[in-house]
Amino acid sequence: MPDSTTSRVSLTLASTIESVDTVERTAEDFAHRAGFNTDTVPNIVMAVREAVINAVLHGNAYNPSKNITVAFETSSDSLTVRICDQGPGFDSYSLPDPLAPENLLRGSGRGIFLIRAFMDEVHFRKLHPGTELTLIKHRVPANPVA
Amino acid sequence: MSMKVAIRQVDGITILDLSGRITLGEGSITLRDSVRDVLAKGSKKILLNLGQITYIDSSGIGELVSAFTSVKNAGGELKLLNLTQKVHDLLQITKLYTVFDIWDNEASAITAFA
Repeated sequence: MPDSTTSRVSLTLASTIESVDTVERTAEDFAHRAGFNTDTVPNIVMAVREAVINAVLHGNAYNPSKNITVAFETSSDSLTVRICDQGPGFDSYSLPDPLAPENLLRGSGRGIFLIRAFMDEVHFRKLHPGTELTLIKHRVPANPVA
Repeated sequence: MSMKVAIRQVDGITILDLSGRITLGEGSITLRDSVRDVLAKGSKKILLNLGQITYIDSSGIGELVSAFTSVKNAGGELKLLNLTQKVHDLLQITKLYTVFDIWDNEASAITAFA
């Protein structure tokens, strides 16, 4: 029986690849316990993993003096994940479109696209310093097809 | 589980049987080094068998694209074999499904090399 009541988990981790794997495992466990189905859980996990990679790699640039924080929260209607880094920040609107023909063969630049593809809501907030990325997955589609 | 690579030759085609995860770090680096090595040894017809790939992230997708362009720039051909449903879906939504030459039968893939 899935647990749909409010629950929270918060992690503060070093800027390492091992931290990415730790958050990935936590995301999988949390999404399962929140009651998301087996088709949706891998998508949530991938979105969270991509967000944490961005925080570790592009935000904190593997700086050992900078941490990332990841907070998971479930409510009766959604799962929310907040990922914060301590990097210089970036403009999410300036990212190249990875689907544009001129970008298709680029070796990078698909992380934010995948996050947006797999989550219902994605919000960026400038911190001082850093960036907070908020990912939300609703328990039912936000705009169900009639 | 990190990624493992087994390399074999069939009718002049170099087949890389990949298993595990192609992700940021070790998995992506292993794929990059493996493709670089077979290219350096003169292989120009390369088939990546992804049938045992359990997970791929954006870094892994990028590494597949980089492998494709590296082989093409070297005058060779790179094809993909045995995509799992998840990898198939990721290549669909990233519009890379039309970039790669993708096969689900090894014998047919080998025949398709020029």
